[in-house]
Amino acid sequence: MFPLRKLATLMLLLPLPALAAHIGDAGARLLLGRTGFGAPPAQVAALAPLEREAAVDHILASSRSEPASAPPDWAKEPLLHPPRKQLSEDEKKALRDTETRRGLALRAWWLQEMATTPSPVTEKLTLFWHGHFVSGQNKVKSAQLMYRQNALLRREALGSFASLLHDIARDPAMLRYLDTVGSRQGQANENFAREVMELFTLGEGHYSEQDIREAARAFTGWQLDPDNGEPVFRPRRHDSGQKTVLGHRGALDGDAVLDTLLAQPATSRFITRKLWLYLVSPTPDDTTVNRLAASFARDYQIKPLVRALLLTPAFWQSSGQQVKSPVELTVGTVATFDISVPDWQALAQLNRRMGQDLFDPPNVRGWPGGDAWINSDSLLLRKQFLDSLTRPGGNPPRPQIAPDWLQQHPAAASWLPALPAANPLPRPASPQLALRQLLQDPAWQLQ
Amino acid sequence: MQRRQFLAALGAGLLTVQLPGLAYAIAPAGYQRLLVLVELKGGNDGLNTVIPYSSPDYPRLRPTLAIAREQVLQLDEQRGLHPALAPLLPLWQAGQLAIVQGVGYPEPNLSHFRSIDIWDTASHSTQTLSSGWLTRLLQQYPAGDAFASDGLILGSQTLGPLAGGARAVVLRNAADFARQARLAQAAASQGGSSALAHVLKVEADIRRAASDIGKMPPARQAMGNAQDPGRIPDAPGNFGRAVHTLLETLAGGSQVVVARLTLTGFDTHAGQAGTQQRLLGELAEGLAALQAGLAAQGRWDDTLVMSYAEFGRRPRENGNQGTDHGTVNSHFVLGGRVAGGLYGQAPQLAGLSDGNLPYAVDFRQLYATVCETWWGKPSAAVLGGRFTPLPLLRS
Repeated sequence: MFPLRKLATLMLLLPLPALAAHIGDAGARLLLGRTGFGAPPAQVAALAPLEREAAVDHILASSRSEPASAPPDWAKEPLLHPPRKQLSEDEKKALRDTETRRGLALRAWWLQEMATTPSPVTEKLTLFWHGHFVSGQNKVKSAQLMYRQNALLRREALGSFASLLHDIARDPAMLRYLDTVGSRQGQANENFAREVMELFTLGEGHYSEQDIREAARAFTGWQLDPDNGEPVFRPRRHDSGQKTVLGHRGALDGDAVLDTLLAQPATSRFITRKLWLYLVSPTPDDTTVNRLAASFARDYQIKPLVRALLLTPAFWQSSGQQVKSPVELTVGTVATFDISVPDWQALAQLNRRMGQDLFDPPNVRGWPGGDAWINSDSLLLRKQFLDSLTRPGGNPPRPQIAPDWLQQHPAAASWLPALPAANPLPRPASPQLALRQLLQDPAWQLQ
Repeated sequence: MQRRQFLAALGAGLLTVQLPGLAYAIAPAGYQRLLVLVELKGGNDGLNTVIPYSSPDYPRLRPTLAIAREQVLQLDEQRGLHPALAPLLPLWQAGQLAIVQGVGYPEPNLSHFRSIDIWDTASHSTQTLSSGWLTRLLQQYPAGDAFASDGLILGSQTLGPLAGGARAVVLRNAADFARQARLAQAAASQGGSSALAHVLKVEADIRRAASDIGKMPPARQAMGNAQDPGRIPDAPGNFGRAVHTLLETLAGGSQVVVARLTLTGFDTHAGQAGTQQRLLGELAEGLAALQAGLAAQGRWDDTLVMSYAEFGRRPRENGNQGTDHGTVNSHFVLGGRVAGGLYGQAPQLAGLSDGNLPYAVDFRQLYATVCETWWGKPSAAVLGGRFTPLPLLRS
């Protein structure tokens, strides 16, 4: 048996990962926050003794393709919309009101699913794809179609990017959102063709305007069946002529164009880089991104890519480098402190005001994320929300953190913040003030 | 120098005399003049905004979307405005509305996001810059502490031309802002991560702005020399609310260099007619309210309003009664010192089928007009080259 001092010397000579044998409370908090939405101390404690690989695999093993809680009843019912022209003004208004009500219920349902699912990583990735393959209820005008798209994003959240791309191209909400519906031979609409290249696969600068015009012809011919909302392909409206997209020539249809896009190295790099920004840090390392992208391009399986990103050394050094999104801040705080939320719709509306309106991203690029989450307006809303969690009152009563939470979890104050307090204040007079200090510190805005 | 300017200068001078201990730098006189930028987000269709109604090519390219000749608000024998812009006609007749046609840039990019970055940063088409053009100007020629903020952002969450370092406040409601701002703390730490530095910077911007915004300064109340701002005129929609918030903030005595108002929804790939009608109506009523409100505050002569957008739209409509992304656009410049009229180049539609139009006026010429003619500051370093200002202002 080595004397203790020799053991210490030996450990210094070992490569770094061996030293960081277990991820510890701070590592567990980082991993749970990035792959989910906060976590209570018991979950942190359960993960803390694991090594990096074991901890990451534990999280990914939970992934699922269906939500854990049932969506609103109407979500799977036949589509509400009859053909618009048959409706009176009153009926149209009633329909709009129904959609608004359903939209809010859908937002509330998803937020609650994020907070309560046994697999937060599934919802975290579903949210990533929602911000990537963007559609918005504002234009789609059907909460049912938005739910259907959400189910597709979840089904492939950690599955196959190639399947997701092909299926999203004929997803009814997407067909409406980017105007593929009605685009026909001789009068092709460029909206989907442009955004699928710029935002969904290649990234800006990797295609020409001519590629967009040709691809737009390939995506013609799709409509929605007015009775059931199902996409239907009408060959007579499709432009079946010769097209050239990115040097690939033939009587291309939409699927052929998507396969051409998947074959471009720019696509796997673009997705890998975007996932790095989402999960790791605002400063992707090009060498690592290119290496991970090369293996991603082989089969476009998402889960191994997420695993590889979470096992980069950069990930484990990234605490405090990310600004929490509104959903990460609100749902994350709720989950961390085990707050009971009486009204999830109110929380959904708060997230909208903070700049993250689920099912209605600001535009087809989705939420820009990073530092852009925080401006004077959103920061004050965020701080006000956090402030209210330690101030009882309101009608109906505001969600509250148990006043003695820090006494019940005395060690948490040291590992909870992603960075040391920016405003280290004198020892607070009461546990409640200590809690308020923790939540109001700029570090709580970060993860 | 007009009497109002003289009084303003005198007021600023008095302040430094009376409060010698405070580090009040008197701002360069130029920034006493307000710039209001109006972003028509999504890419407004300029061809159905400033309409070449007498051209036979217009109905040819717009078989379903062309505005009927008798509905066009005629400006001259060839060109007219979309009927929803009627609230702007009094300004046109007063010679305070300039319309610049053919605004764009070389090697146009048709991506919303890339092209608005080009506009916001005043970069070349192939160059990527990280700071907004106004941020660069304000870093080179700072506005000084007398200003509550360099800029107010209304109706948008993104900072656009003020990104990358300018002091900017995203404002929804002045009173709410004043009430909530106590939550922004002075910070001891500066480091940690760039994300933390960003949060601390925003908190500092809030604290500075909150000492003015939402409050009526006592000096101004006591001196009683503020003109009565009167009732703040109303206008519909989100744009109307943004105009209202701006007027309210200025009426409270807060000074800013620039306000950026965003009206969004112009990406009309399908069913354009109704959407554009509604948005242009909101725009025109909002601008008319802005003019009325600023005139009541005695500030209209010291205000320059300018519209912009990432691009214009394709002259030929698509099969969904909409228009796809295009290049050049028409923009509005209005204000009490504006020399109204038509500038730039009308769209040359003859022989055009599926293509886009070349630009006649570089958008950076508009920015040069703001920097040099409006504020009296050199623009070449900010804009990365010499761009000739347009003669849009009366001397």
